[in-house]
Amino acid sequence: MSELDPLLLSRIQFAFTISFHIIFPSFTIGLAAWLMVLEALWLKTGKQIYADISRHWTKIFAVSFGMGVVSGVVMSYEFGTNWSELSRLGGNVIGPLLSYEVLTAFFLEAGFLGIMLFGRDRVPKWVHFFATCMVAAGTAISAFWILSANSWMQTPQGYRVAADGVLHVTDWWQVIFNPSFPYRFAHMVAAAYLTTAFVVSGIGAWYILKDKSAAHGRIMLGMGLSLIVWLAPLQLVIGDLHGLNAREHQPAKIAAVEAHWETRRDAPLVLFAWPDVKTESNLYEIAIPDLGSLVLTHEWDGEVRGLKSFPVEDRPDPVIPFFSFRIMVGIGFIMIALGFTGAVLWLMGRLYTSRWFLRAMALASPLGFIAVLAGWFVAEVGRQPWVVYGVLRTADAVSPVPGGSVLTSIILFVIVYGIVFGAGVYYMGQLVRRGPGQTPPVPEKDEADLSHRPMAAAGNP
Amino acid sequence: MTANAMDMSQLLPIFLPLVWAAILALGVFLYVLLGGYDLGLGVLFPLAPSHRDRDAMMASVSPFWDGNETWLVLGGGGLLAAFPLAYSVMLPALYIPLILMLLGLILRGVAFEFRFKSSRFRWAWDLAFAGGSILAALMQGGAIGAFVQGFAVTDNKFSGGAFDWLSPFSMVTAIAVLSGYVLLSAGWLIMKADEALRDWAYSVARYALIAVTLFIVVFSLWTPFLHPEIAARWFSPGNMVMFSPVPLLTAVAVLGLWRGISTRQRYAPFLWGAAIFLLCYIGLAISLFPYIIPPDITIWQAAAAPDSQLFMLYGAVPLLPIILGYTAYSYYVLWDAPESDAYH
Repeated sequence: MSELDPLLLSRIQFAFTISFHIIFPSFTIGLAAWLMVLEALWLKTGKQIYADISRHWTKIFAVSFGMGVVSGVVMSYEFGTNWSELSRLGGNVIGPLLSYEVLTAFFLEAGFLGIMLFGRDRVPKWVHFFATCMVAAGTAISAFWILSANSWMQTPQGYRVAADGVLHVTDWWQVIFNPSFPYRFAHMVAAAYLTTAFVVSGIGAWYILKDKSAAHGRIMLGMGLSLIVWLAPLQLVIGDLHGLNAREHQPAKIAAVEAHWETRRDAPLVLFAWPDVKTESNLYEIAIPDLGSLVLTHEWDGEVRGLKSFPVEDRPDPVIPFFSFRIMVGIGFIMIALGFTGAVLWLMGRLYTSRWFLRAMALASPLGFIAVLAGWFVAEVGRQPWVVYGVLRTADAVSPVPGGSVLTSIILFVIVYGIVFGAGVYYMGQLVRRGPGQTPPVPEKDEADLSHRPMAAAGNP
Repeated sequence: MTANAMDMSQLLPIFLPLVWAAILALGVFLYVLLGGYDLGLGVLFPLAPSHRDRDAMMASVSPFWDGNETWLVLGGGGLLAAFPLAYSVMLPALYIPLILMLLGLILRGVAFEFRFKSSRFRWAWDLAFAGGSILAALMQGGAIGAFVQGFAVTDNKFSGGAFDWLSPFSMVTAIAVLSGYVLLSAGWLIMKADEALRDWAYSVARYALIAVTLFIVVFSLWTPFLHPEIAARWFSPGNMVMFSPVPLLTAVAVLGLWRGISTRQRYAPFLWGAAIFLLCYIGLAISLFPYIIPPDITIWQAAAAPDSQLFMLYGAVPLLPIILGYTAYSYYVLWDAPESDAYH
């Protein structure tokens, strides 16, 4: 390419900044809910161990939440800096949805986060619990509006296009609860809970293995597994329903995900292939005959549309959706297997002593993040070339900004996010290694001299 | 009934953009005030007398920075929702300053979380906090200057170049906003810090006030020359009388702040500083109204469909007071929180 293409560069920048961002909400949505449960258990039982675990994880939450906030602010401006035509033409619809996120969720989180992080010893226990509940609610409400806006762009309804190309809303209820929203919302919230459950139980397993904060580790592993064991299979069901919905509303995406080129009633289930756009066929295909129709339509001879039935300019490139989908589903099956194995070991009374399983759980801690990213790659690359499906093309949504500006900003984002992410992971790792058992005691009032921070001494190797 | 319905459908498109302009103006003002003292602390960070003072400065704002920044998100999101045309012209025009501002905000934001977790690299996070704050403050000021100057618009799209925003005017506004933020943060420290640091904050406030006063005079003389409409608005005989309270009250606020510093009052400096910001803000609104992309696009031309603005208003009217309420509660509870175990 001789010219710097602002469209391609803006897509790369958006993909990079949103992939970075989504990691943190995926974690904090589940973590906030878990902290709420821990605090409720503490209030109910009075057992100190719940307070210790929640105090410790609140610090990890703070780091993750901070990174989510700063990378989230970027998103709310990129709609204008890079996708101004989307904003101009679609602002009537997506603007209010995003504003409702700020009004109902962002402020709720930010307002009560201070009390959650800094108020533990300053407000009554129930006020702190209430603040934690509000932060948890804020994260979930935030997901509600963001997924509503995203889903509307995938499966738009309740709008009309005016003569000047600007979209107007005809029915808010239809906009917010658009056809793919319930599935996408359920799928994402379940994914966030699973992601957190794997991090928490994996680190718990690691504490048990290292015999360090082992009592805390057992609670973490137990609580994580009791969520995973039923939520991982349920996520498969939600995902399947989501797929049926996408087949109805975004058939080209499904054709790309399954690497189907021809429309047929006996579609195979392609396990592996390299979808080749030039020849419009699959190279190195390994497939199970007929199973594709069954999986996608729940009928043995259900018709599955192939990519060739769509005009070339309306097709997504199948490579990324195809592979991302297989990574996501593969991880889903691993999660189900781990949940099931853990439950069996638990029933046999050998959960905390089966070192091979503890090791497997520790290794599995980051799986949720990979699955979330892969899932979003399926959803977002698979809907191309549309930004509002069937209504506005991505190419027509880009800002009138020179490619050189966008290239510069990508380079700066990569450098800054690289530093921030590296440091964030490092400091969270440090907190994890220290463990809830080793949490330094709260300084007495007269000890709270800023130059004698216990952290400064304890936290640095 | 039908007559009423007719009236409403004609009134809403006139009335709603005014309401939303007021709500956004309030949101942006709250950001300038809260984000202002917050960013100003970062600007002052390298100049602080000691390490211990830097710790205290950072701790004084740790519980609040995140809520302060939310007003900026409301500004961006609200502009997209209420005035999508203005958003879609302004943001590409301000591409470079806004991206640099965001990067600055990222660096300073994560410094809150990372600084207390590191001793070996604390200097690096100090640098990130100060550098990020300075960059964000300068870029916000530059963006405001460019906004007042106006953008090249063709067919409802920005049609200028990547560096149109950069001009002598916007460079001066950048430094002016930076000094304004320093003034606010000196006021904040006077309220919050212990004695030694407070002494220092009083002297900072004095210098900042001199700079801010100078800039106010410069802009009062310079802005009318940018667009003839602005000069006409301020200097037509009737308006001169009507708007005269703005410069007069600004003078009162400057003198009040000077006296507050001299008599070492505790809360007055911040409040007078906020008053100066408010008056400058009102002055700017008088200059620009009703343009949202001066001198081409008015708030009515840029407005979202009345239905969209109304839909948001249903939420904003009950929610904004609640938000202000729990923000105030959070400030009240954590006002003198010296530090927290959350960062240990």
